[in-house]
Amino acid sequence: MNEGLAPTTEAINKLIQEFNRLPGIGPKSAQRLTYYLLRAPEEQARLLAEAILSVKQKITLCSICFNVTESDPCLICRSNQRDWSKICIVEQPQDILALEHTRIYDGLYHVLHGAISPTEGVGADDIRIKELLKRLQGSSIDEVILATNPNLEGEATAMYLNKLILPLGIRLTRLARGLPFGTELEYADDVTLTRAIEGRQEF
Amino acid sequence: MSKPRNHQTEAIVIKKTKLGEADRILTLYTPHLGKIQAVAKGIRRPRSKLAGHLELLTHSQVSLARGRNLDTIIGSQTINSFLPLKSDLQLTSYALYTTELINQFNADHIENYPLFQLLLDTMHRLCQAGDNELVLRYFEIQLLNQVGYRPQLHHCVSCRSTLEPIINSFCPSAGGMLCPSCCQSLASGGQSQPLTYSLSVNGLKVLRLLQNSAYNTVSRLRLTSELSRELEGVTRHYIRYLLEREVKSAAWLNTLNRFAPNPNI
Repeated sequence: MNEGLAPTTEAINKLIQEFNRLPGIGPKSAQRLTYYLLRAPEEQARLLAEAILSVKQKITLCSICFNVTESDPCLICRSNQRDWSKICIVEQPQDILALEHTRIYDGLYHVLHGAISPTEGVGADDIRIKELLKRLQGSSIDEVILATNPNLEGEATAMYLNKLILPLGIRLTRLARGLPFGTELEYADDVTLTRAIEGRQEF
Repeated sequence: MSKPRNHQTEAIVIKKTKLGEADRILTLYTPHLGKIQAVAKGIRRPRSKLAGHLELLTHSQVSLARGRNLDTIIGSQTINSFLPLKSDLQLTSYALYTTELINQFNADHIENYPLFQLLLDTMHRLCQAGDNELVLRYFEIQLLNQVGYRPQLHHCVSCRSTLEPIINSFCPSAGGMLCPSCCQSLASGGQSQPLTYSLSVNGLKVLRLLQNSAYNTVSRLRLTSELSRELEGVTRHYIRYLLEREVKSAAWLNTLNRFAPNPNI
C-alpha cells in the first residue's frame, strides 16, 4: 500500500485520495487542502460538500445547445432578448463564458463538447455534430459562427463542419484569427501573421 | 562533465497533451535526440509567445532547459509552419497520420536522422500537389525500413524461393511474402494459421519500388485507385500487426474518405 499515507487516519486518507484524483492536484496539494479543511469551520466544509453535490445533481445539458444548465432549455436558449438567427459553435461550455463576458454577441450557442482529433481517436461521431446538423435542418438560422479553437484540432473541426454545413446554404463565418491584444509582433508565428495580413481591415 | 543547462534542437511537434492550468507536454521528433518530450509552460494562454511556434505539424528551432524529469521549452522559432497542411482537412489528416506512426514506432531518445528527414520530406511532399496516397505509402514502407520491420518482398519467407510473377500473399506475422504453395500448406495446417492477404503482381512490384527507390523515381508512378487501395490495405494490416493496436488517425482517414468521395471538395 501507499507508505506515505500510513500514519494518518482512515477519514483523512480518504479525503486526500479524493483530492488527489482532481486534475492539477498532486499528493502534496491534496494533503494541504485536507488539513486546511480539517482546521476550517464545519460550516465551510458543509458548504463545499453541498456545492459539489448540487453541481452533480442539478446540472444537466441543455437539450438544444448542450451547454451546462440547471433548467432545460437553458437560459440562453429560452431568452427572448437573443437573436435566434445566429448560432455560435464552441468546443466547451467554458468558451461560452468567455464569449458572454464580452457582451458583444447576442445570438445562440452550440457546444460540441470536444474537437476532432484524429490521433486521439476523437472522430466526428464522438462530439455533438449530429445534434447540430439536426438543429440546423429546417430552422430559421441564417448564420453559423465557427468559434472552435484556433489550433490544429479546432481548425480541423471547423473545416469538417464547413463541408457539412455549406450544402445547407447557411451563411458560415469563422472567428477572425490574428494577433492577440497586448502582444508584440516580433514574437508572432507565421500562421498567425499570415492570417492577420490576409484578414486585415480598413482602419 | 555535466551536460550544459540549456540546449537547442530542431524539432517537429508530433503530439501534445494538456498539463495543469495552461501548460502542455509536447512530444517532439528531433534529428539527433530522437523522440523527446518537453514541457511548454503557459502555452495555452492567448498571449503565449511560444504557442504559434509549437502547434502540431510545425517544424521549429527549439531551446530547452534541462529539468529533473522533463526538459522545459524556453524559446522557439518556426522554421516551417506548413500552412497548406493546416488549411486543408484532408492534408491535416494525412500529416497527423504520419506523425502518429512516428510516435508509435519510436521509443524516447533514440536517434534516427534518416527517419526525421523522411518525416520532414513527407510533410513537404504533402504540401505540394501530387498523389498524396502515394506519398503516404512511400512514407509507410520507408518508415518500416528505418525502424527495422522491412518486409521481405523478394523471396518467400517460408521456403526462401524467389517469388514468381503470380498472385502471392503477404503475411504480417511472418514479415513478408509467401508463395502460393507455402500459403496453401499454412492454410491447411489447421490450428492457429496466420492471417495472409493476397497481393497482385502489380501490387508487389509497386511495393518493391517503394522499398528500394528514391522518391523522385516513385513520384512518376500513376496508380489506379484499385491498386492504391490494395497497397493501403496490405500496409495497414502489417502496421496494425506490428503495433498491436489500431492506428487512430487511419480510422479518421477512412471516415473522411467515405464522407467525401469527391476529392475536389
